[in-house]
Parts: sequence; structure tokens; C-alpha cells
Amino acid sequence: MRTDFLILMKQELVIIAIIFVLLFIKVGSKEWKNENILNLVNLLLLFNFVAGFFWNEDGILFNEMFKTNKLIVTEKSILSLGTYIISLQSYSWLKNHKHVIEFYMLLLSTLVGMFFMISAGNLLMFYLGLELSTIPLAALANFDLEKRKSSEAAFKLIISSAFSSGLLLFGISLMYGTTGTLIFSELSQHLDGNPLQIFAFILLIAGFSFKISVVPFHLWTADVYEGAPVSVTSYLSVISKGAVLFVFVSVLYTVFKPLAVTWYNILFVLSVLTMITGNLFAIRQNNLKRFLAFSSIAQVGFILIGISGASQTGTASVIYFVLIYIFSNLGAFGVIGLVSAVTGKENIEDYKGFYKTNPLLSWVLAISLFSLAGIPPTAGFFGKFFLLMAGAGQGNYILITIAALNMIVSLYYYLKVVKAIFMDENESPIEKLAIPASPKLALFICIAGIVLTGLMSYVYEYIYSLTSSF
Amino acid sequence: MNLSILIILPLITTFAILFVKGLKQVRTVALIGSATQFLLSLDLLFVYWKERTAGNTTQFLFDFDYTWFAPMNIHYHIGVDGISVAMILLTSFVVIAGVLVSWAQETLNKEFFFLLLFLSVGAYGYFISLDIFTLFFFLEVAVIPKFLLIGIWGSGKKEYSAMKLALMLMGGSGLVFVGLAGLYFNTNANGAHSFDLIQISQMHIDIAAQKLFFPFAFVGFGIFTALFPFHTWVPDGHSSAPTAASMFLAGISMKLGGYGCLRVATYLMPDAAHYYSWVIILLATIAIIYGAFATMMQKDLKYINAYSSVSHCGFVLLGIGMLTQTSITGAVLQMVSHGLMTALFFAAIGMIYSRTHTRMVEQLGGLLKVIPFISTVFVIAGLCSLGLPGFSGFVAEMTVFMGSWQNPDQWYRFATILACASIVVTAVYILRATGKTVMGPITDLHYHHLTDATWNEKIATGILIIGIVAIGIAPFWINQLVTPGAENIFQHLGNVLK
Repeated sequence: MRTDFLILMKQELVIIAIIFVLLFIKVGSKEWKNENILNLVNLLLLFNFVAGFFWNEDGILFNEMFKTNKLIVTEKSILSLGTYIISLQSYSWLKNHKHVIEFYMLLLSTLVGMFFMISAGNLLMFYLGLELSTIPLAALANFDLEKRKSSEAAFKLIISSAFSSGLLLFGISLMYGTTGTLIFSELSQHLDGNPLQIFAFILLIAGFSFKISVVPFHLWTADVYEGAPVSVTSYLSVISKGAVLFVFVSVLYTVFKPLAVTWYNILFVLSVLTMITGNLFAIRQNNLKRFLAFSSIAQVGFILIGISGASQTGTASVIYFVLIYIFSNLGAFGVIGLVSAVTGKENIEDYKGFYKTNPLLSWVLAISLFSLAGIPPTAGFFGKFFLLMAGAGQGNYILITIAALNMIVSLYYYLKVVKAIFMDENESPIEKLAIPASPKLALFICIAGIVLTGLMSYVYEYIYSLTSSF
Repeated sequence: MNLSILIILPLITTFAILFVKGLKQVRTVALIGSATQFLLSLDLLFVYWKERTAGNTTQFLFDFDYTWFAPMNIHYHIGVDGISVAMILLTSFVVIAGVLVSWAQETLNKEFFFLLLFLSVGAYGYFISLDIFTLFFFLEVAVIPKFLLIGIWGSGKKEYSAMKLALMLMGGSGLVFVGLAGLYFNTNANGAHSFDLIQISQMHIDIAAQKLFFPFAFVGFGIFTALFPFHTWVPDGHSSAPTAASMFLAGISMKLGGYGCLRVATYLMPDAAHYYSWVIILLATIAIIYGAFATMMQKDLKYINAYSSVSHCGFVLLGIGMLTQTSITGAVLQMVSHGLMTALFFAAIGMIYSRTHTRMVEQLGGLLKVIPFISTVFVIAGLCSLGLPGFSGFVAEMTVFMGSWQNPDQWYRFATILACASIVVTAVYILRATGKTVMGPITDLHYHHLTDATWNEKIATGILIIGIVAIGIAPFWINQLVTPGAENIFQHLGNVLK
């Protein structure tokens, strides 16, 4: 057990350092070009990602407020990778934006918040991290300053976040009242399943559910996704969701282990509701961002099945799926972002005949959608397979059958987009787009990730080996 | 022989296609790839034969096992027995014929050949898999290329058909997934669960679990092979698809289902197979008769062949459901025979359509006078379809009927009689369609200027006809190839005649 502050908090410190660098650039007298700032930040983020592989130690800091181990470091690295990809993809959008530095300062503070949240060993610390990761996001959602929809999105996000934070706090305080502690490692010993504790626990789950947009707490999702700039939407849908999911898994499996029966039933109901609602609403969407919002709700339904597995396989498959989900969703959002930045078109109809003008981007979008739908040989197939197998380990085949049927529905709407791209005729398709180097790199990383994370079993085996300590 | 090369070679071909330009280069690469694959599969046949005659009685030859996902005990485990060799041969025949038939593919040729060969990767991988995860993986690999092939290059209501096919096949694999998951969690190999086909076959799966999961697996695979009432994707899919895709669909893709029903559902859950065999027989008999009568009503040549495929694939399921050694052999023979025959049929229809621009029977006529080669091919395909001796159809159907009759249950014999009777209906629609199309007066003056088959079409159909006749005239070799595999499955099922 090390207690070396600098080593244990290296990822948080690097991000904070980047924020400070940006701050100095902002207050400094020299005018920086947007391109240079973007390249610098991307480089630093890449460094942060790479640094995640070295000097990894287990340890506890600040009286169990902050804990870290190899699994937590890997989770943070996954989020860093996602942020790096998003940052690369935002290039064309931010190149001409007036507030690049502010964008990154807000974005990176949310990332730090998520890191603290994942590392939290105490409910209060968890809450703190969650708030730090949520409030700047609302500002980010409003980053297309002149768009009214953007401010509407930000407003919805902040209100729903505040509400869910309220629920969480209420849950936390009740939890403290019944157990007398907030520290994770002590909480589980004091849980005996009395009604007040279960009530507190349900409030906590509701709080979590808001953040990962589980039905019936999903109502903010579509509007926020549609209104926010594409980069922020993709950040919301993969990074912030991923972070909460990481915490959710570890908290459920370790802290709330005594209440396993309760949360299994809750997860069962929630996952069925989430899958079905997400899928059925996704069918009817025309706006691609709304469409991906509902598809991401449905994906969370599948993830909940994996979580309900309550085993080492469950943890590993959820983390593995989030990694794959980052690649697939960012692949799709990357293309949408490029198109939206140049033409402003975001509807599925606009993509008719897209293949004639942009074959490469079409394939990237199609492969990403196939991965989201879980079609082999893309990684999405392996991700979903392991999630469902983790869930099936509980012997609840009704749930698995419902999930399998939902896969068909989800395939339908993903193929609808593919059909628009490849098969439909269009008089005036989207013109041929020039792809700058950074988004190209981002798309390349996504496609490489989609192809390799699945077929190369090392990734899953590595994550699985990390989860063995739990 | 290293079997992985059967997957790697088409994969290399697909990647090579990505790096060449223009129709000429693309099709050359595709042809080289598929021809090499063709030779490779013939080589596999000979090597397999040599091993067997040398007295190697291991159930699966050329076994290769690599741990893929260790935590889940998922292996990349491959190997072949006679049944798989027969299916691999079928695949390579159809693939090379499909590539040759699409020789003049103008629009988006690179993508077309890429998807065609990618589809074959799925088929080869599927037939050599001995791990049901790998098998499932390859089964699904083959779904999306079909969707794109039909949706982009198809004709008629192509988007609808493509979507219907993709969703129904995905539904099938969804059910298969539930079946596999159920099977997996009911296995116990030294404390761990297993996906391994050989290992599972040696365990005794709890009978209640078998009864629960057999329907999932069987219906799931059954959807791929047009199990009634899940056959509706077949007519739409086949008729909308471009020629080569129709050939692949009917020739290879539908066989994936039959093979899965046999190898996974029936072989791994033998008790449930006995328990449910009457349902299979019932559905198969309905499919045979319904398919035959539905074909009589069709006017479009592609629909005729598609509905007759429903009827013919019913024989495969009938053979599996009868659970005797001969009937299982017959089911496999019928898969191979139907694969070759229907590919030939679709190739001939495609050639006629590309020249006359119609597939409607009443608009065609007298083609034998203007395009004798294509018309002859068409007639051969038709005769094989109705089971004329000398062609593979006769051998296969005969074996199925013989095997079915061996099952002493009177209701099963009744079903056999009904199925036999459907042959008469088959003869009616085949003779009517071929007679009207190739005989009689020439219905359109434009037909006088039609050109006969080009060299590539001749080779393509020639390869398929060689396959059909080789089985039809000298059935012993394929019989000897398939029988040991069928015997294994049969012994595993336990003797129903007792």
C-alpha cells in the first residue's frame, strides 16, 4: 500500500496541470492561434493517456477518501482515451471558435471530477466528484452560444442534474443516518436491509439512473443530446456515462453486496424498461443526435443486464463494453460532427446518397453503427455477447430472451441509417467533405478500436484479470 | 492440413480487392481468390479421404484448438468431419460460380466483390467451427453482407426485402444465442462451463434444460433454413437479390441453418431432439407441401425457385427430424444437392433476365432456339430440382425418403408419404415453367437478337453442373464422405428403432 500523493493521483494531477497551462495561456500576453492550442492540448491528453500505463500502484489517500488500484487506473485511462478522441474530433468545430481555452478548461474539470468520483472511497467524495463533473457540463452544453436550442439543452441538463443530485444527497444522508458512516468499506458491514436503508438505496439508484439515463429517468437525454454541440453530446453519451457506470458497478458489487437481492430485482425491471423504451423511441427519430440519444438509452439497458450478473464476469464485461462503446459511439459521432460542422445537416434524410459523395465516411459510420448493433466481426458483438452472458449467469433466461428480441429492434433502426446512406437515392446529397488530420486520426483510432478490441482477446482478458481482486 | 487457411485466404482476397482499382482488376483478384479456394477445398477433400482410408477414425480431423477468450472458456476450435467437408465443397463451388456470374458487375464492383467474398468468409468459418461461440460468430458475420448485397444491388422492392431478411436472420441468431447461453450454463467441464462441441457432446446435459433450450436453438437455426412459418424472408430476399447474392443466399446461407440444426441443436441436445421430433416433422411436412403449392402459383422465375427452395429445404428438416442414420445422411446430401441445384437455377435465371429483362414466365418463350446453352442449363437445373435420376436431387431426396421410412412410427410414415407426394407437384411447376420458357414459339421479336452464354457464364454453370452430375451419377463418394458423420450423430441420438 503506497500513500505517495504524486504517484497515486498522477492522472488527476496531469489533467489539473493541463488546466493550469491553459489558464496561463489565457492570461498571458501572447496571442495563441486556435490550431496551436488544439494541437498542444491533444498532445498533452495523449501524454495523459500514455502515462496511465506506467507507475501504477495501489493505494489509499486522505483517510480512505481517495483510493486507487490498477483497475481504477485502467478505467481512468479508458476515459482519457475517450476524451482524447473527442478532443481530436472537435478540431473542425473549435478551429474557428472564440472560446477554445474555456471549452477545454470546462471539459477537463469535468474529467477531473469523474476521476475523483471513480476513485472515491467515501460517499461524500463521490458526491463531490459527481458535482464537479456535472456543473461544467451544463456550461459546455450551451457552448454554441448563439443557438437557442443549446441554451435550452443546458437548462434542461442543469435542472435534471440538480434534481438527481438532490435525490442522491437525500439517499446519502439517509444512508448515513441508518449506518453511521459514509466510508464504503465500512458501509457494507452496517447494511442489514431495514426499510429505511432500502429506501435510501433506491434514492441512490435513482440518482445514478439519472446520470446514465435509465428509463424512467431518461427524459432529459434526447433534448440535451439534440441541443448540445456534437462534441459535447458525444462527451455526455460516452465519457460521463462511462464514468458513472464504472462507479455504479463497483459500488453495487462491493458496498451494497448485502442488498444484492433488492438491486437484482430493481435492475431487472429497469433494464427491461430501458431497452424497450430506448429502442422503440429510437425507431421514430429523424435527427441523428436524438436517434443516438435513444440508442444510447437502449445500450444502457443492455449494460444493466451485464451489471445484474453480479460476478467478476459482470464487472469485466461492463468495463469492456464501455471501452467498445466509446469507440463505436465516437466513430458515429465523429462522422456526424464533421458533417454537422460543415453543412449543419443532422437529419437521417440528409444522409441519403451519402455513400456516393463520401464513401470513406460512410463506411466509418456504417461500421460504427454495426458495432453499436452488435454485429460481428466488430467489437460490439463481443461486448454485447459478454454482457448478456454475464446476465445469463444468473439463470434468468426471460431477461436474456427479451434482450435478444431487443437486439432485432435495435438492428432495424441502425440498418435504417445504413439504408439511407447506401441505398436511397438523393438529388442533392451532402457534398464531398475534406477531413482535417486530427478528426481523421480520431476516426482511425475508433475504427481500429472497433476491429481490434473484439478480435484481440487480450483486451478482455486484461480487464478480466484486473477485476479478479474484487 | 491447416484449416484456418480456409478463412484466411478469402480474407486476404477481400483485402486485396480494397487495394485494386477498376472492374478488370477487381474481378481478376476475386476470381484468383475464389479459384484458389476452390482448389483448396478439393485438396481438402483428397487429404481428408487419404486420412480416412489410412484408417484415421478420429471424429474430427485436422483439429486445431486455440484459447480465444480464456475467462469465458471460449476457444477458436476448428476441425472437419465428412459433413463439414461436403459443406465446404458446396461453398467453394457456389462462390466461384457466383464470382464468375457477376463478371460484368458494373456499379460499385469493388464493394460488390468485397461483400460477396466476405460472406464466404463467414460460411467457411461456420462450417469448420467446433466451438459453438465461434460458430455463432461466423453465423452472424454472414448476415450484414447479405443485407447490403440485396439492398444496394438488388431489384424490385429491394430495401424492404433486405431489411426483412436482415431482421429475420438476426431474430434467428438472437434465438440461437439464447439456446447457446442456456447450453453453456448447463455444461460442466471440470467445474468450468464450455462452448466446445466435442466436450458438450460427451456430457449429459440435464433433460429439462435440453427441453427448454432445444426450441430456441432449433428454431433459431431453422429461420436460416426457411423453417415454416419463418420462411417469409426467403421469397422476398431471393427475388430481390442480384444473381450472385441469390446464389449465395440459397446455395450457402440457407445451409448454415440446416447444418446448425443438425450439428448444434440435434447433436448436442439428443433427448430434446427425440422429444420434439414430431414438431419438426410437422413443420417440415407443412413447409414441403405448402412450398410446393405456393410455387405453383408463382409467375416470376425467381419466386418459383425461392418457393421451391422452401419446399426443398423442408426435406432437409424432415431428414433431421426423422432421426435415423439414413435420413440424416439424406438431409446432408439434400443440403449439398439443393445448394448446387438452386445456385445453378438462379444463375440461369440471372442470365435469362440480363438478356430478356423479364423474369415473368408468360412473357418468355422459345428461348431454346435463340440461347440454347442457357436454356439447357435452365432445363438441367429444373430436372435436378424435380429429382430426375442422374442428378443430385434424386440421390438426396431418395435417401431422405428411405431414411424417413425407416422410422417405424406410423404418423411419421404418413408424413413421409405426404412429402413423397409433393414431388408430383414439383414436377408440375418445374415442367410448366421450363416448358413455357424454353419451348414453344418465341414470344418477343427482340429475343431473336439475344446472345448465348459468355465464357465466364459457361464455366460458372459448368462447375455447378459437374457437381450435380458427380453426385447424381456416382453418389457413393459423397455417401461415404457423409455417412460416418451422420453415423456419429445417429449413435449419439440413440437408436430410435429400438
